[in-house]
Amino acid sequence: MADFFFNTNLGMLLLIIGQILLVVVPLLIALAFLMYADRKVWAAVQMRRGPNVVGAFGLLQSFADFGKYIVKEIVVPAGADKAVFFMAPMVTLVMSLIAWAVIPFNDGWVLSNINVAILYVFAVSSLEVYGVIMGGWASNSKYPFLGSLRSAAQMISYEVSIGLIIVGIIISSGSMNFSAIVEAQSGSYGLFNWFWLPHFPMLILFFISALAETNRPPFDLPEAESELVAGFQVEYSSTPFLLFMIGELVAVVLMCALITLMFLGGWLSPIPGLPDGIFWMIAKIGFVFFFFAMVKAITPRYRYDQLMRLGWKVFLPFSLIWVVFVAFAAKFGWFWGIYARWTVGG
Amino acid sequence: MTQIDYTRAVKYFLLQDFWQGFKLGMKYFFAPKATLNYPHEKGPLSPRFRGEHALRRYPNGEERCIACKLCEAVCPAQAITIDAEPREDGSRRTTRYDIDMTKCIYCGFCQEACPVDAIVEGPNFEFSTETREELFYDKDRLLSNGDRWEGEIARNLELDAPYR
Repeated sequence: MADFFFNTNLGMLLLIIGQILLVVVPLLIALAFLMYADRKVWAAVQMRRGPNVVGAFGLLQSFADFGKYIVKEIVVPAGADKAVFFMAPMVTLVMSLIAWAVIPFNDGWVLSNINVAILYVFAVSSLEVYGVIMGGWASNSKYPFLGSLRSAAQMISYEVSIGLIIVGIIISSGSMNFSAIVEAQSGSYGLFNWFWLPHFPMLILFFISALAETNRPPFDLPEAESELVAGFQVEYSSTPFLLFMIGELVAVVLMCALITLMFLGGWLSPIPGLPDGIFWMIAKIGFVFFFFAMVKAITPRYRYDQLMRLGWKVFLPFSLIWVVFVAFAAKFGWFWGIYARWTVGG
Repeated sequence: MTQIDYTRAVKYFLLQDFWQGFKLGMKYFFAPKATLNYPHEKGPLSPRFRGEHALRRYPNGEERCIACKLCEAVCPAQAITIDAEPREDGSRRTTRYDIDMTKCIYCGFCQEACPVDAIVEGPNFEFSTETREELFYDKDRLLSNGDRWEGEIARNLELDAPYR
């Protein structure tokens, strides 16, 4: 049996498909509940109840919503470029899903354990902006076009600082492989060994950049209901809209996973002595997601010029200086060597 | 050389606004919900609440309405239509008492005008229908409303009596 799966072409193909399904299906199911959690947190802060009718405590609300989107009519604007119009949501969804190929959930639980994993995630999440631009342009309408232009500028601005923050982590861990990055955070002090402590300002910066990168409030300018109706999604309905929505939320959860892996020690236990495992990873993703949801509930939207100022005049210089600082600290072993914890090479 | 406000800069970089907002958010996160769980929980209603109409009866089962047509006359939306003729025992009664609930503006003038407290607006506000025709109430419908809501209508009238 093992021989069939590891030594024949058909067996390996089946094995890979099985592994992909094992990641994607639980991810999408978890997504439905995270969407529900997001709405519940938002409702709770505003003293509302949130969805509580479909299923026990409204737990099945997201599935009801999905079903509703699917049975709606697909409306295509008369002047739209049909091929691009339908490709855009698929690009968004596919790009946000394939990034999960290199995310490890536990020691060795990863689809493809490649050495440039962090670069791969960075590249794929950069490509997500194409879904937005294509959607806005192909709709052949003013508001979606303006929305997509805003979104493109925003995502590109914040990717620069995300890239620099990632460089700091790479310097500290000496690897671009997520498993090695998490390994570098292990130690006898539990949660004080993780990178959030030495890289604390960058954790905050990465969190805020992740909000901007995934078009979450307070940086949801592309969608800005009050000004642009729904930004690049104006002309979308039914399943294409659903794909956009799922794609965006998968990107949000991906950012939660990245923060967990790079700053919060992935699957490592926060208390020395307790066993490491996938439940720590899931709990930490949930914890970060809670902050994503809280930010949505408590912050007002940024103005466009404020957004650009924050990205280029505050985050970029700050993260650049931090990279230089981390490079020196790692090279000369300042602060008892907490900045140089590479497990491979050096 | 412009002067830098260091206090403000420190607050800015420590995200003071955000943490204040977060604290306030968490305070309301655990606060009791303001929402009523509507079909299962309902808000309080005043005894003067003007809801669905009803025609009342005397305790012996005789209908109160004497077909004086004051309600028909006072109705600003002209939603009420009344026809009347003497009954076998000689008393004056309505043969037709229709209220077009799609016209009614729930002003309550009909119950103010009524000398015998026959037509009243009860506490029921959940009488939506699936067709327009179902909202054209006739006498039977109004009398059956009266039988159904009599307990609450009588209590509301009694509670409101000192202020009339």
